[in-house]
Amino acid sequence: MAAPGGFSGTDYKQEDAVLFGFTRTQLIAFLAMVAFIAISPFFLYPVFLMKVLCFALFACAFNLLIGYVGLLSFGHAAYFGMGGYLAGHAAKVWGLPPELAILIGGATGAALGVVIGAIAIRRQGIYFAMITLAFAQMVYFFCLQAEFTGGEDGIQAIPRGVLFGVFDLRSDMTMYWVVAIVFLAGFLLIHRIIHSPFGMVLKSIRENEPRATSLGYRTDDYKLVAFVLSAALSGVAGGTKAIVFGIATLTDVFWTMSGEVVLMSLVGGLGTIFGPVMGAAVIITMQNYLAEFGAWVTVIQGVIFVLCVLAFRRGIVGEIGNWLRVRL
Amino acid sequence: MDEIFGIPAPLLFGQLLLGLINGAFYALLSLGLAVIFGMLNVINFTHGAQFMMGAFVAWMLLNWAGLGYWWALLVAPLVVGLTGVIIEKTMISRLYKLDHLYGLLLTFGVGLVIEGVFRNEFGSSGMPYRIPAELQGSWDLGFMFMPIYRGWVVIVAIVACLATWLVIEKTKIGSYLRAATENPALVQAFGINVPRMMTLTYGAGVALAAFAGVLAAPIYSVNPQMGANLIIIVFAVVVIGGMGSILGSVVTGFTLGVIEGLTKVFWPEASSTVIFVVMAIVLLTRPAGLFGRA
Amino acid sequence: MQINRRGALAAGAALAAGAGAARAQARPTIRLGVLSDMSGPYRDATGPGSVVMTQAAVAEFAAQGFQVEVLQADHQNRPDVGANLARQWYDQGVDVILDVPTSSVALAISGIAREKNKVFLNSGAATSDLTGPQCSPNTVHWTYDTYMLAKGTGAAIVRTGGDTWFFITADYAFGHALQRDTTRFVEAAGGRVLGAARYPFPATTDFSAYVVQARASRAKVLGMANASTDTVNTIKAAREFGLHRSMRLAALLMGIVDVHALGLDAGEGLLLTESFYWDLNDRTRALTRRVRAANQNRPPAMVQAGCYGAALHYLKAVADMGPAAAKADGRAVVARMKAMPTDDDAFGPGRIREDGRKLHPVYLFEVKGPRESTGPWDYYKLAATLSGEEAFRPLAEGNCPLVRS
Repeated sequence: MAAPGGFSGTDYKQEDAVLFGFTRTQLIAFLAMVAFIAISPFFLYPVFLMKVLCFALFACAFNLLIGYVGLLSFGHAAYFGMGGYLAGHAAKVWGLPPELAILIGGATGAALGVVIGAIAIRRQGIYFAMITLAFAQMVYFFCLQAEFTGGEDGIQAIPRGVLFGVFDLRSDMTMYWVVAIVFLAGFLLIHRIIHSPFGMVLKSIRENEPRATSLGYRTDDYKLVAFVLSAALSGVAGGTKAIVFGIATLTDVFWTMSGEVVLMSLVGGLGTIFGPVMGAAVIITMQNYLAEFGAWVTVIQGVIFVLCVLAFRRGIVGEIGNWLRVRL
Repeated sequence: MDEIFGIPAPLLFGQLLLGLINGAFYALLSLGLAVIFGMLNVINFTHGAQFMMGAFVAWMLLNWAGLGYWWALLVAPLVVGLTGVIIEKTMISRLYKLDHLYGLLLTFGVGLVIEGVFRNEFGSSGMPYRIPAELQGSWDLGFMFMPIYRGWVVIVAIVACLATWLVIEKTKIGSYLRAATENPALVQAFGINVPRMMTLTYGAGVALAAFAGVLAAPIYSVNPQMGANLIIIVFAVVVIGGMGSILGSVVTGFTLGVIEGLTKVFWPEASSTVIFVVMAIVLLTRPAGLFGRA
Repeated sequence: MQINRRGALAAGAALAAGAGAARAQARPTIRLGVLSDMSGPYRDATGPGSVVMTQAAVAEFAAQGFQVEVLQADHQNRPDVGANLARQWYDQGVDVILDVPTSSVALAISGIAREKNKVFLNSGAATSDLTGPQCSPNTVHWTYDTYMLAKGTGAAIVRTGGDTWFFITADYAFGHALQRDTTRFVEAAGGRVLGAARYPFPATTDFSAYVVQARASRAKVLGMANASTDTVNTIKAAREFGLHRSMRLAALLMGIVDVHALGLDAGEGLLLTESFYWDLNDRTRALTRRVRAANQNRPPAMVQAGCYGAALHYLKAVADMGPAAAKADGRAVVARMKAMPTDDDAFGPGRIREDGRKLHPVYLFEVKGPRESTGPWDYYKLAATLSGEEAFRPLAEGNCPLVRS
């Protein structure tokens, strides 16, 4: 999706990176985010916050692909859900500690990403979206029938375990700090990738693939690596969620989950660093606190989708950035 | 005639018949999608919801207005097609200048809204809709029972597909449509109102989905999620057939229904994934689909 | 995740109160959460009716010295939604969760109740694993289970000559448990199971593919290891494909609401097993008179009556040990419930076994024909009565870890 939100119309201030690839404004925003993550569990329900962080990481991973390579995947639930299943299976059946279980979740996402990505990146645009969707659905049907996923029951009572043999994660607060660290590590990794020479090539592919090819870049290889990274981080997010909630079910591999992560990124702002985090926070909060409206939550989500596409293609963070004339 | 290849005949023929019926729905739905995609370049993610709306309008006609199945076959596609026209006029038409993916995202959102509203209004357990009296009962073919209504669905679907194909290939409107698909600016220059054609095309594609919905109402109970699961399979059918290819979508729809039915006999566990496996193979060997142009 | 307005507001209030424990010292509030299927296939047999019956128990008990609050939410038959709701409720001051149809959700919540040391009183789920391998000191399984259904209905059909079976099974914990338990009785009586077809729950509405498989198996009996609208739709598909001419249809879990949906014409003569029927005796009729207006003018169904019985007994135990102690330790409340004999208008006198199984009589009913029925909801005639000890799985066979220790 080339130039989401039409960045071209905005005359951004020139800002140099001051630290870690962040510009000064981004650094302020980042520190504000870290501060919020550090303080919020003392006045908000930690389990709810953990859910937000898991989905924020998922949305950031998704955004790596759409925002910086211009590929809209409509099948990211496959990596998220499978990551959750494998992490849950590792923790429950193999009795592995949570850190290994989450890593296995990431590896699962990466492995699936290699297979599906290799086929999907041959096409662009709508075709890419449809192909990823169809493969994700294959994964869904596999999960429906495979023995280890527990079919419609899911994997239940996944133990949170003891991290590094020291930290007992049964306490919600300890679990929270672990999730926060996983999220921040993933967030910084994605940020690092975008600002590396590798990330520059990705952006050039987004803007003009034939030109990137003519400059001698093997664009397919770059796209595949980005795809696999995105899938791996989605797997980490799914694995972490399975450990937090102690359950891995079909909901997380179903295609509506793929749609939800698109919505989160869209609401926050495609191609912005903080957009997916904001989007995840908004959507999860809405699901939680508007739950009294029952099925209206779906309707509200749909309306937000439509409004974003018709009127706010920059998303929340994109609009703020546009207003302040800074890239966020 | 008891066993064929070691498979009990009732099982083989039963699943083949069911495969053909599913194929009829795949064909009707992917036909609508192909017509819309060919003209508008939009993947209509609302299609499943519009299929469901067709079934619900039939249910409402029966329970609120006392109009039976035969009226529903006529009225439901018109009503739902009209809502399609409104959606195209007010929303989709604003996106033609942008990346096509925005069309996909928009119709996805609209689909969520429609499904949510129906789920709120009618719950998710589904409403019964009776088979019309004229089509009740079944023929005992000896080796299997053939419910009359299911035979009717297959025949009607074939007729509807043929009619659509004839309209597009053999009529003047159809020729404008094909020309506009190739080069809208040129067709506009000839004095043909292309935006209106796009609106009507969308309405017609949606009406086809609603028609399929009415056909499905007596078989599947009428419920808000009835389109959601079907639509993904239909997307795969469209990709296999070649996006936008009318003939491709119809042939692929029926064929895949039958393949799925056969898989249910010989390897039941794989029946739900077989279509996606076929899709992967087709994409690897013919990226544009079986009937598509690269 | 769906919570209805009242539930969300109450949960929000509990959250806002934050240090509400201090305020609760003055007049403690016991919170009962009814977590049920409010929008799906089990809505009519559980759902809002379960809330009405829980409130009926609260009204009947008329608590002294503490307040009782009833919350409700919809788990949509999905284990992840149910588990998240339960976790949130327990963390935010709900003391007991009731009802929970759908076995997979019930098993998930049983684990959470144990982890958080709260109380889980299940009425709606069927899997006998809740008091078997997955039993918990925090869980009571009140109304019915797959073992008792299989014994009641399955055994009765094998006795009349239906000795080869094919199952159409809902692919989740309940369907598996019901098929497994029925298979045991069929085989014990010398019958054989020729095959089974599992279908995805709750996403299936067309059962024709499975019916065709069943017909090809040439079994004498079609065992429907599913429930509610799924059962009704299976019966319809079976009729469409002429199955009822060559096979006996055995609905293993069918309740009065399903009979109502199916109609007496199609349902006449069906055998089914329930532990509650509104028109059974004077006490059940009196109970029905009290609640009928609130329950959309319908008599309570079995699972809804179970919520009433379980809530009433729970409140008695709370009053007995004091609300503060009850709020602090769910395990102790369940232990007290097991120590006290039960008695209520729906199930009469009974008791709770150490594995969490509630014992009460179980009835085999035959569905009346249209001519026999004298009024609305007059659907059953009593065919046999089993005592609680006969109907439910013997303690030793359940493999409940609590029993050995």
